[in-house]
Amino acid sequence: MKPVSVDVARVLRDSLRRLAPQAHLRNPVMAITWLGAAFTSLLWLTALAGHGSESPAFVGQISVWLWFTVWFAGLAEAMAEGRGRAHAEHLRGAKQALSARRVSEARVDAPVTAVEATALVPGDLVVVRAGEVIPADGEAVSGIASVDESAVTGESAPVIRASGGDRSAVTGGTRVLSDHLIIRITAAPGDGFIDRMIALVEGAKRQKTPNEIALTILLAAMTLVLLLAVVTLGPYAAFVGERTGTSGTIGLATLVALLVCLIPTTIGGLLPAIGIAGIDRLHRANVITRSGRAVEAAGDVGVLLLDKTGTITLGNRQASAFLPAPGVTEEDLARAAQIASLADETPEGRSIVVLAKERFNLRSEAPAGAVVVPFTALSRMSGLDGAGLCLRKGATAAVAAWVVDQGGTMPAAVTAAAEGAARGGATPLVVTDGPRVLGVVVLKDIVKGGIRERFADLRRMGITTVMITGDNAQTAAAIAAEAGVDDFRAQVTPEDKLRLIREYQAGGRLVAMAGDGTNDAPALAQADVAVAMHAGTQAAKEAGNLVDLDSNPTKLIEIVRIGKQLLMTRGALTTFSLTNDIAKYFVIIPAALAGVAPALGGFNPLGLGSPQSAILAAVIVNALLIPLLIPLALRGVAWRPASASQVLGRNLLIYGLGGLLAPFPLIWAVDRLVVLAHLA
Amino acid sequence: MTPTDGLQMFLFLAVVLAAAVPLGWWCHRLLDGTWRIPGETWLFRLAGIDPAVGYSGGHYAVAVLCLNGVGIAVVMTLLLLQGVLPGNPQGLPGTSWHLAFNTAVSFATNTNWQSYGGESTLSYLSQALGLTVQNFLSAATGIAVMAAVARGFARSTTTDLGNPWVDITRVTLGLLVPLAAVFALVLVWQGVPQTWGPSVTAQPLASGEQVIAVGPAASQIAIKQLGTNGGGFFNVNSAHPFENPTPLTNFLQCLALIAIPAGLALTWGRLVADRRHGRAVLLVMTLLLVTALGSAWWSETRPVAGLAGLNAEPVNLEGKEVRFGIGPSVTWLVATTAASNGSVNAMHASMQPVTTLVGMALMQVGEVVFGGVGSGVYGLVLYLLVTVFVAGLMVGRSPELLGKRIEAREMKWTAVALLGPSAAILLGTWLACAVGSTSIANPGASGFSEVLYALSSAAGNNGSAFAGLNANTPFWNVLLGVAMLIGRYSVLVPVLILAGSLAAKPRRAADAGTMPAHGPLFILLVAAVIVLVGALTFLPALVLGPVLAALGSPS
Repeated sequence: MKPVSVDVARVLRDSLRRLAPQAHLRNPVMAITWLGAAFTSLLWLTALAGHGSESPAFVGQISVWLWFTVWFAGLAEAMAEGRGRAHAEHLRGAKQALSARRVSEARVDAPVTAVEATALVPGDLVVVRAGEVIPADGEAVSGIASVDESAVTGESAPVIRASGGDRSAVTGGTRVLSDHLIIRITAAPGDGFIDRMIALVEGAKRQKTPNEIALTILLAAMTLVLLLAVVTLGPYAAFVGERTGTSGTIGLATLVALLVCLIPTTIGGLLPAIGIAGIDRLHRANVITRSGRAVEAAGDVGVLLLDKTGTITLGNRQASAFLPAPGVTEEDLARAAQIASLADETPEGRSIVVLAKERFNLRSEAPAGAVVVPFTALSRMSGLDGAGLCLRKGATAAVAAWVVDQGGTMPAAVTAAAEGAARGGATPLVVTDGPRVLGVVVLKDIVKGGIRERFADLRRMGITTVMITGDNAQTAAAIAAEAGVDDFRAQVTPEDKLRLIREYQAGGRLVAMAGDGTNDAPALAQADVAVAMHAGTQAAKEAGNLVDLDSNPTKLIEIVRIGKQLLMTRGALTTFSLTNDIAKYFVIIPAALAGVAPALGGFNPLGLGSPQSAILAAVIVNALLIPLLIPLALRGVAWRPASASQVLGRNLLIYGLGGLLAPFPLIWAVDRLVVLAHLA
Repeated sequence: MTPTDGLQMFLFLAVVLAAAVPLGWWCHRLLDGTWRIPGETWLFRLAGIDPAVGYSGGHYAVAVLCLNGVGIAVVMTLLLLQGVLPGNPQGLPGTSWHLAFNTAVSFATNTNWQSYGGESTLSYLSQALGLTVQNFLSAATGIAVMAAVARGFARSTTTDLGNPWVDITRVTLGLLVPLAAVFALVLVWQGVPQTWGPSVTAQPLASGEQVIAVGPAASQIAIKQLGTNGGGFFNVNSAHPFENPTPLTNFLQCLALIAIPAGLALTWGRLVADRRHGRAVLLVMTLLLVTALGSAWWSETRPVAGLAGLNAEPVNLEGKEVRFGIGPSVTWLVATTAASNGSVNAMHASMQPVTTLVGMALMQVGEVVFGGVGSGVYGLVLYLLVTVFVAGLMVGRSPELLGKRIEAREMKWTAVALLGPSAAILLGTWLACAVGSTSIANPGASGFSEVLYALSSAAGNNGSAFAGLNANTPFWNVLLGVAMLIGRYSVLVPVLILAGSLAAKPRRAADAGTMPAHGPLFILLVAAVIVLVGALTFLPALVLGPVLAALGSPS
């Protein structure tokens, strides 16, 4: 993906626009802060006019710092959006004014009408030729073409899109490189894939996620409690002051300062940014989501259903061993197998050539005048005839029948070797030269490097991995053991997948899966987190709640990580915000009540300059914590796979204890500066 | 601290925890229907109750509100008309409307705040038929609601939280009545009066004559302790030699006021099918109780400034029964404010500031450190929800407690339940400072403490008094009555709605990625959240009351 640059001027402009009150209506913490800032501004005016017990300089500074608090919160959100928008601008480049050629029927020579892409409605048929840009999301109904989807995926290699089958979905804004496609439009204008992506990235359509709403309620409740505590403190102080004869009261600006310091402004200010940044991290991993909801659900996943092929193993089987027949050397077998496979372009055939080269440094050339015998469904063999050779390779039963036909016999040792390989989960290919059986080539599923460790990580996090495959139980068991999954299901049909998901869900687990085919759609729709491969069908993409642009099913693990990190960041900053309050009480309460109860004013273990400087320092630190923590909010808290108890212990230590202690030195240092600068 | 005091404190805790085990087991058998009251089928048929009918959260709340509402009406009627009703050998007149309101609310909400002086205001009939009946019912209500909340966690995709009439009947007849009967007999054996005869007149050595109040005391005192009620038969409550005659009754009463709440923590664990969690809840409560006890003890045994320089042992015995001394007085104070009992055996106003701070804090956090029978546990559930919400996020899961997801709806009702009592205390104190200050006896910060204590006690449904406040005025009776209603029902109704919402959800299986609801980290975390939420809400107020007093403000 191309690096994208953030528009700094726009971020600043956006953050200033968020000083307007309506920007905070949905965020109770910042709404109170805004009111506090506005109220202290009025107090400053009255103080200038000579009213109130607090000096205009003090009230004015409190007011300025409260406005800074509001601004910093807006800045955090604008920065998160700015990063997302940079990404979106990049996408939008692909979506210039497009024109389309509408056809009335799915024939390439059908009469064509030129229309604006924005005028297309679902159901319209358009024809797109080489070099043209696909005008809107749709499904290929005729033709086959290579398509450059780099505008969406960032992947420069072209992909094949063809009518029918699992590769028929096309995305608006991508370019046809060769041949032509007739496409049935599936998305309404402005609701295409790129549009949705841009909207989500920009945050325009960003709905609060369920967990964000719940957290906002908790923060609102805390704010209300603290509002009560502070609002009643004034009259209490007056009551006590009157009865103890000091007749002191607490200034209004001091009370507002206390309130804003206590309410969870840190998390309140950073909450929207955390959500946007979480989705942005997902986009950077080349995964698109329709809502933040799916990202949260990813953090909760308890079971991962993983297709064997492509997720756990490399896409194809590969030759792993040569087992020669009695009287044949391993090298002879390898050479024969290599020659037989020279014309075999399948990955299995390639892997045989490569293995022979690696093991015996063989670089056979096809004998001159040799004729390739291609694989047919009937013979179930392939090979090469000529130059005195009559090579065949294929499944044990097919080759055995052919050998008998040629007048030879199948040696018992070869049959045994083939059966042994099958028992171990591999696929045996028997190689023969006419009636003379040479031996067995073992094709094995190759488990992806590092996957075993990733599954171990998942297990530590309490996530069960289940491998599903259409293979027989024997093969599946061998791969499952090698990959280290927790469980496997063999000979799985799409209906089985659906049933399996329901089973796990009934047991109270959240299930995630990846899929690409149309027959995966029901299971994708049932799964709690469903990652559709971008290369897959439109049906699969509609059924899934996330789309992986790289079409890499292993991405599921990455998505779980991003989901967990998003929730952890929210929790960590909430904890930090709440434990902070202890320090702020410690500093502000004695300072605020100094006039009411001189005994309290003497309580100053930090040795702060004066009650005014202490209060000002607390307000400044409270405001500065927001920009100080913006990087953390955007990046997410550090994450490593571990059990819930370990993660909790670690985060509590950093953000709980840290939140308790951090404000003390900060307030002390700012108080020094305030005193030195004669600000209070 | 003397070694005897320490030993007593340790013995007390050990006995409480030991008693919790069988009580927890027994309550669970009653509430899950394993054990049925002999003849209950007949009883339910007579009352027209179908025990098989399950109530939803809302219906359960309505049933409980109706029961308590009728209770308030009956007690008010009895108090207003006691002058013309039988069972009134002293010929006491009917009470004022506001006192009747305050007292009726007080007993129906399990608060048992006493604006009246028992022996000089209420007839035997009012005490026995009005107050004692409510002592049983309000306690049974709390336990029943706790069971309903537990079912919200234990059951999946249902609206059925159980049947309140069945729960209340089984708890009353299977737990409270038998225990109270035995305990009353023990009290009678130790010298507590139990008679319908009039007051006794004695001829003291000095001139004049002394009227000694007696009455059906033992039966009421037994349930007042067991049901975390606390409304004494006599005005000075368990400091009265007839209400609490011997060190043995003192120990037993102190044990009785906290044993059932302790047992119910374990019942809770059994009901939600996670006994380790039940033990964790009990340990959270114990941890906070021990901390409170330690702080109070430390402050009471420190040399008293006022006695400095005197040629006497500087023991702070002012306001304490010399029959009991410092140890049992402090233990009682902490236990009675922790469990929402409210009975007293010493005058709380005379305690050291740190001790009063401990007592107030225990009430202000919502009576969740053991707390009222049933209400202590369901109040603590609110803190559990807040804890797992924040901590659950920190482990990277959307929060869940005992397999139930905590979402916006749960957070909303948790917020209402936590806000209600806090608002009642803070705003009530404000109103009282502005309007009701003529009733305040103590000067300076202590006067403020007096007001804050009264509101905390009322809204926490504790009922203990700081002393010094003349609360029997229309303003105070109505204010505290309203605070008691808010304190009780702004928690009770939301937790039932919450339970209904939880019951409708499937129960998720726990795995290594789930935050465990047991273990040392969980226990410490819940305790920390209780202290943090309490401190954030009440620290400014407490600073102006007990903290200022501790710093030695002019008074």
